[in-house]
Amino acid sequence: MTGRPGGLPGCLELDPGLVRSAREDARVIVDEIMDYVRHHTTTSMERAALRLAGINGVDGEGTPLPNRLVDQIGSELGHGASYWLFNAVAVTGRDPGEVARAVADEGLDLIRLPGADPVKVRELGRAAARRAMDHISSRRREREDFVDRLGESPQPWLYVIVATGNIHEDVVQAQSAARMGADVIAVIRSTGQSLLDYVPHGATTEGYAGTYATRENFRIMREALDAVSEELGRYVRQVNYASGLCMPEIAALGAMERLDMMLNDAMYGILFRDLSPRRTLVDQYLSRRISARAGHIINTGEDNYLTTDDAYEAAHTVIASQFINEEFALQAGLAREQIGLGHAFQMDPDLTDGLLWEIAQAALVRALFPLSPIKFMPPTKYKTGNIFRSHLQDCLFNLVGVLTGQSIQLLGMPTEAIHTPFVADRYLALENARYVMNNARDLGREVVLRPGGRIQERAVRVLEGAAGMLGEVRAIGLWEALEQGMFAGVRRPRDGGKGLDGVVPREPGYFNPFLAHLEGVEGDG
Amino acid sequence: MMVEDIRPYGDHPDDGAVQVAFTLPLKAGPQAAEAARELMRQMGIEDAQVVHSRDLGGDFTFFVGYGRCRHRVNPGALEVPRVDLEVMDFRAVNQFVRERLGRKVLLVGACTGTDAHTVGLDAILNMKGFAGHYGLERYPEFRVINLGSQVPNEVLVARAVEEGADAVLVSQVVTMRDVHLGNLTRLAELLEAEGVRDRVVLVCGGPRITHDLAVELGYDAGFGPGTTPSLVASYIVGELDRRRVAGRLGEAR
Repeated sequence: MTGRPGGLPGCLELDPGLVRSAREDARVIVDEIMDYVRHHTTTSMERAALRLAGINGVDGEGTPLPNRLVDQIGSELGHGASYWLFNAVAVTGRDPGEVARAVADEGLDLIRLPGADPVKVRELGRAAARRAMDHISSRRREREDFVDRLGESPQPWLYVIVATGNIHEDVVQAQSAARMGADVIAVIRSTGQSLLDYVPHGATTEGYAGTYATRENFRIMREALDAVSEELGRYVRQVNYASGLCMPEIAALGAMERLDMMLNDAMYGILFRDLSPRRTLVDQYLSRRISARAGHIINTGEDNYLTTDDAYEAAHTVIASQFINEEFALQAGLAREQIGLGHAFQMDPDLTDGLLWEIAQAALVRALFPLSPIKFMPPTKYKTGNIFRSHLQDCLFNLVGVLTGQSIQLLGMPTEAIHTPFVADRYLALENARYVMNNARDLGREVVLRPGGRIQERAVRVLEGAAGMLGEVRAIGLWEALEQGMFAGVRRPRDGGKGLDGVVPREPGYFNPFLAHLEGVEGDG
Repeated sequence: MMVEDIRPYGDHPDDGAVQVAFTLPLKAGPQAAEAARELMRQMGIEDAQVVHSRDLGGDFTFFVGYGRCRHRVNPGALEVPRVDLEVMDFRAVNQFVRERLGRKVLLVGACTGTDAHTVGLDAILNMKGFAGHYGLERYPEFRVINLGSQVPNEVLVARAVEEGADAVLVSQVVTMRDVHLGNLTRLAELLEAEGVRDRVVLVCGGPRITHDLAVELGYDAGFGPGTTPSLVASYIVGELDRRRVAGRLGEAR
């Protein structure tokens, strides 16, 4: 179904049969995992459902109410937290928020309540799901209206990060960046949030290397970016992380607060955070279902493979992972236009013709996933304190981005190896990108690749490597491939990792009206 | 040799030429430019010139400035803390281990606490290495256990004890609000509490780590940016050998 891309990436002579078989392998690989996913739920998945039901806030000790409820439901979670919640709603006549408060403040025990009429319980749940989905859809329409009314920049969109640790200072830096030309603002998360099994509450003013992904932080930044979008007459997008142990919950908060992009990778947490493979693969499914409905663009994290592995030698692992990430995303209902597959510019600068290999890789990704908003990430691995050379590395990176038609360009900072960006670092990075991309805007449509030349050959070899790897993964299955260390060189036992104790088999009659609505099984979605 | 007080060199001796770049929380304009020049003068920069200024939006202006630094230093009068050692290459390190230690060196490494940035740790430990230098996993005379990112100090200590590690290597990249200082200190204290501090060579590394900082925190050595695996290896095997010799001398007494 993928059309041939225009411009320079269209010059790659790729074997369509090989591309088809790579996708077919990815489909079989993901099918096996999805069979597991459909029979399990997780604590974070159930907490996401509770949040969608309208449960917010914390108890007297600061524990989020969704955690309180899921903890109380305990071993009965396999029936779905929604069953216990809406049973309580039916019995008490209170709304979900009031029920949660009663659990926290009055000792209400969801499990010990009498069972209400199951038909009524399910109807209450389905009605709540319709309300939640209507809300998410209305937030999505707000974004579409903004873009229609204000417009947006041509791609590649310029993506910068803010990371002051104080959301109010982040706002100052984000608005400044937008005024200097940024199209996308990513608020970096506080270090270690991926390992928290709850979503913190409220505004962050003292985070480590970032702020927490919280609903309030999302809201504060959205409001600030809407204001600056109006000022500039151009819609400025907001990014955060639906990753770690609370993937689906954060996706739900991002949907409710109109975030535009979520960093979300099917395998990143497993490989780079030692999270439970079972937990992560179940969690990614609901998080992506929610993002599909919210109109989020997800950003996958294949760039990370190249921080530990060599960009030249491991290039095919990036492509193989992208095929898998794409298939997981498609099976969760995301449109190709929402699947922002990631890769990075990480060749050793001392490598002769390294630029050629970067062009080959970027063109290959573009050609393989022509409808996807590809996210291109900057050099970091070979950056040093030499800010002047660093600026040059970013210049080549920007050139490759515009030449090969990347969609989302995460800008490199001259001070990458030194500190989280100062306001002036962002200015220099944006000036660099605007200069290069404006000067070379149509270069990719003017040059062709020499047939049989080194760039073409390199791209073909990388694709062959990826297809070969997918074949191997298909033969043994993804669980086994993770255990053997086929991705990023780390071995991840399927029954190891953090958060495994939050994975629960679904009981017969499992009730999750939110998931059902998103899957189109029930409701009017 | 007489060392003279020196100043920066631009294009002729003693011209004191320096460049600075900074942002002021002011709207661009003559007032902001004068504020930038005044700030440079207070930094000790004479003939302060603002050669570029740019409004960053939201009441910020970025400046690039040049001038002549009026301060001087006498490098000969400075005390420079550093790891004092001869750097051996891959082959020489392995040979040194075989000849002087007579057994493999066991090293446990990790990014501890909440730090998820393994770039530095991997550069030193991964097979592939860094800037053309093999990582320690490639050294036949080293056995490396790389615990990866976000490892609690307790886990690192337990593993080091369990394996009977010769050396413990900690990487700390995230330094916001000095989170690394408390974390590094805690690790040294834990090793002390377990009674194994003296049995391991304890080293740390990271963009903001200096040798004197490391020593102050209770480490044997610290390594900053640009450190190669062979430098770390040279230090560790040299220190192990020094302790071995010292130990034997101790017995002889």
